[in-house]
Amino acid sequence: MTGIDWLILGLYFAFVLGIGVALKGSMKTSTDFFLAGRAIPAWVCGLAFMSANLGAQEVIGMGASGAKYGIATSHFYWIGAIPAMVFVGIFMMPFYYGSRARSVPEYLRLRFDEKTRGLNAISFAIMTIFSSGISMYAIAKLIQTLHVFDGVFQRLGLNSSWIFDFAIIISAIVVLVYTFLGGLSSAIYNEVLQFFLIVAGFLPLSYLGLKNVGGWSGLKATLGPSYTHSWAGLSHANTNRLGVEWFGLVMGLGFVLSFGYWCTDFLVVQRAMAAKSMSAARRTPLIGAFPKMLFPFLVILPGLIAIALPTQPAVPSHARVVVGAEPPGKGIIPFKVDASSGQPMLDKDGKPQLDYDLAVPSMLLHYFPPGMLGLGLTALLASFMSGMAGNVTAFNTVWTYDIYQSYIRPGATDAHYLWMGRASTVFGIAFSIAAAYMANRFNNIMDMLQLVFAFVNAPLFATFLLGMFWKRTTGHGAFTGLLAGTAAAAIHHGLTLPAGAAVGIKGGWLAVTHTYPSEMAQNFWTAIYAWSTCFLVTIVVSLMTRAPEESKLVGLVYSLTPKPEEEPLAWYARPASLALMVLAGTVLLNIIFW
Amino acid sequence: MGIDIRLPLGILFLLLGSILVVYGAASDASLYGQSLGINVNLYWGVVLLAFGALMFALSRRGARAEARAGNPPQSPRSSSH
Repeated sequence: MTGIDWLILGLYFAFVLGIGVALKGSMKTSTDFFLAGRAIPAWVCGLAFMSANLGAQEVIGMGASGAKYGIATSHFYWIGAIPAMVFVGIFMMPFYYGSRARSVPEYLRLRFDEKTRGLNAISFAIMTIFSSGISMYAIAKLIQTLHVFDGVFQRLGLNSSWIFDFAIIISAIVVLVYTFLGGLSSAIYNEVLQFFLIVAGFLPLSYLGLKNVGGWSGLKATLGPSYTHSWAGLSHANTNRLGVEWFGLVMGLGFVLSFGYWCTDFLVVQRAMAAKSMSAARRTPLIGAFPKMLFPFLVILPGLIAIALPTQPAVPSHARVVVGAEPPGKGIIPFKVDASSGQPMLDKDGKPQLDYDLAVPSMLLHYFPPGMLGLGLTALLASFMSGMAGNVTAFNTVWTYDIYQSYIRPGATDAHYLWMGRASTVFGIAFSIAAAYMANRFNNIMDMLQLVFAFVNAPLFATFLLGMFWKRTTGHGAFTGLLAGTAAAAIHHGLTLPAGAAVGIKGGWLAVTHTYPSEMAQNFWTAIYAWSTCFLVTIVVSLMTRAPEESKLVGLVYSLTPKPEEEPLAWYARPASLALMVLAGTVLLNIIFW
Repeated sequence: MGIDIRLPLGILFLLLGSILVVYGAASDASLYGQSLGINVNLYWGVVLLAFGALMFALSRRGARAEARAGNPPQSPRSSSH
């Protein structure tokens, strides 16, 4: 990095912290801190709704998947996220926002009972801490791999082995300062900055890359149809790069996993709850869906270009970001290098593995001169940090409202809970740091935890669907259904294995009764089994238990809630019109990249 | 509540745009071999500058509209007339 790059990075940090400081004075009640005073305009919430999810795993992960699977990665957007975002805006937001619940677990208590809320609140709180830890770990790892700080460390005579720790501390402090001062408002405003920075940093990257490989047709010619078609070949798992057949993809990813995430995860739903009115809350996910629909061109396309370029290890040395003596890989993606031996890591066939996670960073280094490089790296860091801040703000809310106020200290003053919100921001980040070091030391533990979270999350959408649209659903039904769904996910995982994987963390730890063509297929089917089990068990147990009183369900269940009144809005700004526009656009994109 | 995000957004992009434009105009053409001979700093800097100006203008217009609606922003500037 040269001086100009540091200047750009520094400018961004100044603005991020400045926003926190500017908001400090307006944090007077706990609602200001946890729900941004429910006063944020729809377009700001919409961009934040989308950006809260745009963390390290998303930006690096989608580029990596683009290099690995090709444009089929866009299924995560075009049949995954978009329909789910439309659904939550049109059908679910009236109950989330209308019930005046302050969090998703709180909605579960209003609709069902204390135990269902407790289960969701505790698992969610633990999960957000680990996610934010993993984000922090990803930032530090990337800074280390790209040797961003090496020049500075050398000049100051510091040991370069401290770079990992330094990166963790810096990102933790920045996120801590702005969420501590400005709460959710600060996180939301910074997510908006981050959104525009990502566009500013990545759009020229896609443009230059595409121009270099001769446009989309050039990319098609270099990579072949398996990389450049999203649906062709999905009739059978063996004829596409994902290794999934269309049914597993549509049901597993499109329905269970995406709806489970976008419709029930408090991290994103919180952004809509902060909106200033019901109509703004409903429009939040819909407005977010428009840029979301186009993001494959910013985050997936660079991955495809990275794999399509002629193989060349050369990295300009003036950037002071020397990838060094690492051996070449494919395209501009290097091989995965074993940190201890310095040799490429081999897969089970003895072939070296590509480090797909470096697809996007390699692209930045490949195309951007000083100046733009600073902007690109700043965008990357910004996305990591706001992904982390998103988790931290969701954690402090659920901790304070759903755990502390409910089980530890009910009935305290609002000022006390505001204080608790700030305190939990501090220890939330402290736990995240611990989680980041854990991810660094014990990779297996992290993989296992993520697996457990996947089991816990998979059935959630069945519970919300039944809770919101079937008034007969009972608390006992919901609770038993969730446990049964989680158990079903674990059992399914324990009985199946992706082709070529070893028994253990990848599955088959009970017995191998079925082999899936890919890990992705196994994941999708795990989700399908979990969802279906939760759905059926919830219905059966609900019918066996006493029906809830209807008077208590007004505002929480579809059939007992008056239709939300429409604000007078221009026809194109109404939720239904936005939904139709975004769905039409998504169908069109699916057809274009068929 | 709090702030109109378009204002800091506008200022940030005006600054980022200016930095890139100045650096792009002053830097040597040999720097741009890797970006296919295109001076990305200069051209993209102009785009960012325009975006920053737009956001800045929108935030000013928003502040004026709010002042007209009888809800003056809390900056001391509006009371100095």
